[in-house]
Amino acid sequence: MNRLQQLFQQQQRELLSIYYTAGYPNLNDTLDIAEELEKAGADFLEVGFPYSDPVADGPIIQASSKQALDNGMTLAILFDQLKDLRQRVNIPILLMGYVNVVLQYGVEAFCQKCQEVGVDGCIIPDLPMYEYEELYQSTFEKYGLSNIFLVTPQTSEERIRKIDGLSNAFIYLVSSSATTGSNLAVSESATAYFKRIADMNLKSPVVIGFGISNKETYQAASQYASGAIIGSAFVKNIDANNLKGSIKGFMGQFK
Amino acid sequence: MNYFVDERGYYGDFGGAYIPEMLYPNVEELRQQYQVIIDDEQFQQEFKALLKDYVGRPSPLYLAKRLSDKYGANIFLKREDLNHTGAHKINNTIGQILLAEKLGKKRIIAETGAGQHGVATATVCALRGLECVVYMGEVDIKRQAPNVARMKMLGAKVVAATSGSKTLKDATNEAMRDWIANPVDTHYIIGSVVGPHPYPDMVAQFQSIISFETKKQLQEQTGKSLPDYVLACVGGGSNAMGMFYHFIDDESVKLIAVEAAGKGVDSGFSAATTTLGKEGVLHGSRSILMQTPDGQVVEPHSVSAGLDYPGIGPQHAHLFKTGRGLYASITDDEALQAGLLLTQYEGIIPAIESAHALAYLEKMQFKAGDNVVVCLSGRGDKDMETYMKYFNL
Repeated sequence: MNRLQQLFQQQQRELLSIYYTAGYPNLNDTLDIAEELEKAGADFLEVGFPYSDPVADGPIIQASSKQALDNGMTLAILFDQLKDLRQRVNIPILLMGYVNVVLQYGVEAFCQKCQEVGVDGCIIPDLPMYEYEELYQSTFEKYGLSNIFLVTPQTSEERIRKIDGLSNAFIYLVSSSATTGSNLAVSESATAYFKRIADMNLKSPVVIGFGISNKETYQAASQYASGAIIGSAFVKNIDANNLKGSIKGFMGQFK
Repeated sequence: MNYFVDERGYYGDFGGAYIPEMLYPNVEELRQQYQVIIDDEQFQQEFKALLKDYVGRPSPLYLAKRLSDKYGANIFLKREDLNHTGAHKINNTIGQILLAEKLGKKRIIAETGAGQHGVATATVCALRGLECVVYMGEVDIKRQAPNVARMKMLGAKVVAATSGSKTLKDATNEAMRDWIANPVDTHYIIGSVVGPHPYPDMVAQFQSIISFETKKQLQEQTGKSLPDYVLACVGGGSNAMGMFYHFIDDESVKLIAVEAAGKGVDSGFSAATTTLGKEGVLHGSRSILMQTPDGQVVEPHSVSAGLDYPGIGPQHAHLFKTGRGLYASITDDEALQAGLLLTQYEGIIPAIESAHALAYLEKMQFKAGDNVVVCLSGRGDKDMETYMKYFNL
């Protein structure tokens, strides 16, 4: 059982997860940010490895990804930075990014490295379920990595059941039909969707992301799930000149 | 060897649907419906009627006499430049707008590089009275002002893609993001044989009218339906796939795809994907693309905006890898010279994209009596500024 699976098994309260882009604002901020987020109360983290063409992301994460690439970030550099991860950070870590970067690194090499540095799972939005099942699932499992699938308001019940069957940590519930960084309107249709999923009694816990930007939206989403993920709002708030202070400041609202 | 799409949506090692879950329902709906709709008799009647009466098909197959004398073979030009809106792009947009209507979609989005596909999309949206939004790189909007004006006049909203390199690939990203945000009422008309399955196959089928007609016309004009060579330029590869389609299984026909070498394949300013690229995933399918060792997509260069794309369609990647097609490249200079040559030998100003295919004739050795078809995918009106600058006209 990896750290992520343990976290959900022992969970007492709603979880708060933070996404940030590795290599942003500066190339070597990766572990400092992780450490600071753990101190400030984050329960688990998604560390984004940047890609030139992030179609599922809105403007803020596109911009942080571009800056990270301009700073020279690569997957190889990221793994190098994460060598000391488990000396400094205890909470579960997921890597999040696009499939082409993983393919070029090599799927098996990627999984092996993840295990070596202590990464617990990954979110690869454009890796299709079919290819995962046919080609990659056995490799992911061999290295103890949890693959996290997304579910959207348009995902059919049949497909959600299938995703539930393939998941071994949690399901990432995309809050609305949007890219990252849009604002969650806690509307009737959104709550109806969250309730519909909750009523399905899935075996996997569900975490809501996309459009969660502050305490209000976090709490609204957490009512229907095991927790929520904040990405763009956190990235937007990072101040390169006051890295620790800006992280502390942002996280303070959730205390 | 199977050169066409299989039931999993793959062409050999290439293809598939590498899309985020947010796009899955849209793409899945299309996957389940596209062949049923295309095969429907009423759809075929409407499609063919519009191609005939609105686009002006069949496009002529013209034996270019003076060019033939120069190269010592029978050079036929498939005149897609004579289509309404000036290029082959309209074959696909007519097909897709009818399909979108059958799916009950009310809103159309598209990406465009030079603006040709954007104009072809805006045109069919005006024709059918559907809302149209075209994404175009901010850089391209500046360098293709006349096409931007045409789209606006046709009633389309042109949205600048300001992310990344602000060109075609970024316009494609923005269109995909729009589709994510509008999953129910919107159809995305992709302009080339790229994107997640079923797009490459669907677009190829709509463009296959090019080789379907060519076969018949060759039979009438030469007594043989099969040529020795067919040539076409490749950006994403839609005119080439249309030109190859009905010849792919006739292995005696040599298929030649011409990519843009830009300032030279080793110059760092090139779009010669099969030479410079590696296997990977771009815009929803596994194919060959220009990328860094870390998998970041590299910005291509070509004098012709229509070839300025860092990937090729998955079926092209398959034809390349299996050796069924020959993939060559032509520089900016060679293409521009070939454009001038065609103009002065035959009185036809070609699009610079198409001029890449023409330029490759210079590099070939023919036997007397060889029948060669070049897809003249578009006309050169849109490129006059480039020609004027280059030749100091």
